[in-house]
Amino acid sequence: MAEADLGRAGVILDRLDVPPPELEQRTGWSIKSGGACRGEQCVPLSLPFDVRDLAGRLGMALVHDEEHGVWALGPQSGGRELASAELPDIVLPDRQGRDFALRSLRGTKVFMIAWASW
Amino acid sequence: MEVVSVALDTGGLEAAGPWIDRARSTHPALIDQGHLLDEQLGVVNVPSGVWIDENGTIVRPPEPAFPWRPREPTEELLAQLPPLTVEQLREAQKMRIDPERYLAALRDWVAHGEGSRYALSPEQVLARSRPRDAAHARAAACFEIGQHLQRQGHSEDAARWFRAAHDLAPENWTYKRQAWSLADPLQGPTERYESDWLTEVRRLGAESYYPPLEL
Repeated sequence: MAEADLGRAGVILDRLDVPPPELEQRTGWSIKSGGACRGEQCVPLSLPFDVRDLAGRLGMALVHDEEHGVWALGPQSGGRELASAELPDIVLPDRQGRDFALRSLRGTKVFMIAWASW
Repeated sequence: MEVVSVALDTGGLEAAGPWIDRARSTHPALIDQGHLLDEQLGVVNVPSGVWIDENGTIVRPPEPAFPWRPREPTEELLAQLPPLTVEQLREAQKMRIDPERYLAALRDWVAHGEGSRYALSPEQVLARSRPRDAAHARAAACFEIGQHLQRQGHSEDAARWFRAAHDLAPENWTYKRQAWSLADPLQGPTERYESDWLTEVRRLGAESYYPPLEL
C-alpha cells in the first residue's frame, strides 16, 4: 500500500507558523532548509516558514475562519482525487473505538462499502 | 474476501454506532468521522463500493454499490412515517440502481481475481478518478472547517462553511446530506440551507441521482 498520504486530507490549524515537526506529523510534509519534502516530491520555500507559502506552491486550499481563529488546509489540487491505484494507508476507528488499519487486510480481497447514518 | 463498511458520519460513534449494533455486523465496521474517504478516494455519495485486491491495489474506484435492491416499504410502514419521509422514499424508488449486475460482477471478481473482466487496471482506475481542481480542493477545506466548527458546537457558523463546500462541489452529495442532516435529521427544508434533499433530487431527477453503473 502507499505510504501514509495524510497530505491528501484536510487539516485544521490554529496558526500559520506551525512548528515544522507538527506540520510533518499532520500533513506528511517535512520542512528542511529552504524547502519542504514529502516522499520524492520537494518544493522550495521562503523563510521564515509560513503555511501560506507551502499552500500556494502546492495548490493546497487554505481557508480561514477569522471569528474562530482557525484555518483549514485542504488537499493539493491539480491531480486526481486518487493519487494512485494503491490504496492510501487509511486507519479508522471501529465500533469499539479501536484503530483499524486497512493495510492489515493485505493478502485478502476487500470490498469496502461507504455508507452513512443520515 | 473481507467486507469492510465505513460510515461517513461527522457525528462519529454516536451517530453510526446504533446502526452498526442493529446490523450485528461481523465484518470490520469502521467510522469515518472526518469524511476521509471523500478526500482520499473521491467518494461523493452513499452507498459507494471500492474493490481492493490482495496487494492493496484499488481495482474498482468508488461507484454506486447496491449489493441488493432495498425492500419496498409496505403501506403499513408508510402510514407510520412522517409525510416528508414518505415523499423521500417514493422519490428514492425512482432511482436507477442495478444491484443484480453489481453483485454478479462482485462475485465474478471474488472467483477470478485479476482474471475477472470487472477488475480494472491501475490506468483505468485513475482514468475514472475525477480531477481535483482548485474549487474541489477548496471545497474539501471548507467542509473540513465546517466539521471542526460543528464539533465545537458552533452549528450556525459551521453551516456557512458547509454551504461554501456545496457551492464549490455541487456533485458531492455526502457534503450536502451530512450538512442537511445536522440541521434536520430528516434533511427537510431549514432556514440554514437554501435547499434540501427532496428539492435537490427532484430538481436533478431521481433517475440521475446515481450515475449509471459502468461495469
